[in-house]
Amino acid sequence: MLYREIKFLVGKEVMLELKQKYVLNGILLYLVSTVFVTYLAFEDAITAETWNSLFWIILLFVAVNGISKSFLQENAARHLYYYTIASPQAIVLAKILYNLFLMAILSVLAFGFFLLLMGNQVVNIPLFLVTLLLGSLGLSSVLTMVAAIASRASHNFSLMAILSFPIILPLLATLMKVSRAALSSMDWSGLSGFLILLLTINGAVIALAYLLFPYLWKD
Amino acid sequence: MLKRDWWKLLSGALLLYAIIVGFFVDIPDTMIQETMRNLFYHVGMWFGMMAMLLTGFIFSLRYLQKFDEDEDLVAVEAVNVGLMFGFLGLFTGMIWANFTWGSPWVKDPKLNGAAVGMFIYLAYMILRGSIDDVHKRAKVGAVYNIFAFFLWIVFVMVLPRLAGDSIHPGKDSPPVLPMHLEPSMRIVFYPAMVGWILLGFWIMNIRVRIRKAQKNIEY
Repeated sequence: MLYREIKFLVGKEVMLELKQKYVLNGILLYLVSTVFVTYLAFEDAITAETWNSLFWIILLFVAVNGISKSFLQENAARHLYYYTIASPQAIVLAKILYNLFLMAILSVLAFGFFLLLMGNQVVNIPLFLVTLLLGSLGLSSVLTMVAAIASRASHNFSLMAILSFPIILPLLATLMKVSRAALSSMDWSGLSGFLILLLTINGAVIALAYLLFPYLWKD
Repeated sequence: MLKRDWWKLLSGALLLYAIIVGFFVDIPDTMIQETMRNLFYHVGMWFGMMAMLLTGFIFSLRYLQKFDEDEDLVAVEAVNVGLMFGFLGLFTGMIWANFTWGSPWVKDPKLNGAAVGMFIYLAYMILRGSIDDVHKRAKVGAVYNIFAFFLWIVFVMVLPRLAGDSIHPGKDSPPVLPMHLEPSMRIVFYPAMVGWILLGFWIMNIRVRIRKAQKNIEY
């Protein structure tokens, strides 16, 4: 039942995105132009360390911009309609899943542009891709939840940044640690702790979203 | 009166003891010399903050169970007192760091954790301020508080130990408890910690009562 609902809701999200292509195109343009601006600003100063920091900071901004619309795109009447036909758990899991797809695509694109403009600094590409996947899941689950919280308040666009930046730091710091390792050597040893921590954070955030979202959803 | 308020007297007595004896007790002759006495006061701020934020977390959970406004009142005042302790902890730490490390702020996971905690809970206050409806404010605030507390605990408790690159004292021992403390210092340290925590509850208690009295005046 839950599975079926989620499937329909993710389909709805995809359809909505394809109908309003300018939103998606806007995020893509935002991504490309931000990478380009940093490329111009940092021209000769790109080391592995700056590459790593810039990559994750840009991805964070793209994620906040891309996900903040999650609960603002549709009006209150539409939300009321979903409220009557779907369970809140299905709605939040579908949003997280859809944002995961979005973030996975955006992070791979960001990686591509970084390769194009700033050269390759990644030594251990499989590890980096794993980090991107775990990062996409983490960004999407935490930010979906923050977007849901912010959407309940007024002035929610500025609130989204204030709420999400400190709250995303545990995840971002762990991601940057792992990806720094992917930039420096082929060595996977010593990372299991961080990878387990990432999985734990992701799992716990999704569990919290599952438990807490119904309270936000019901007015 | 004594039956109900003995803990307030205990808090005062313990802190008076800690302030007087804390300056006379023998301390081991180490590199940080007399600044080690800051342990009784600076670490107490951290203990007080942890106790208050944990209280806020528990009362947010209770609010979501019962939807009783008084629970929310305790949660928000606990976070307020926690913020006060947090800032005092940062200031006492900065004074200490200025003597020990030569600069009031150094790049260290523990310091960052404390700062991020302040950001997270200041954002909590801003989130509450931006919602006018009382019930909605309490509900959204409780959800954010539970969500943020979990992520913050990961950031301050798990990540520094995993990364292992902190220069802050107490990194080899379990969460903040200095197990290898000199016996002479222990007899001041533990009573001081209990005293600070009780003081936190005392301040919180007064603030909650003021808020309740104000509410009764308004209606």
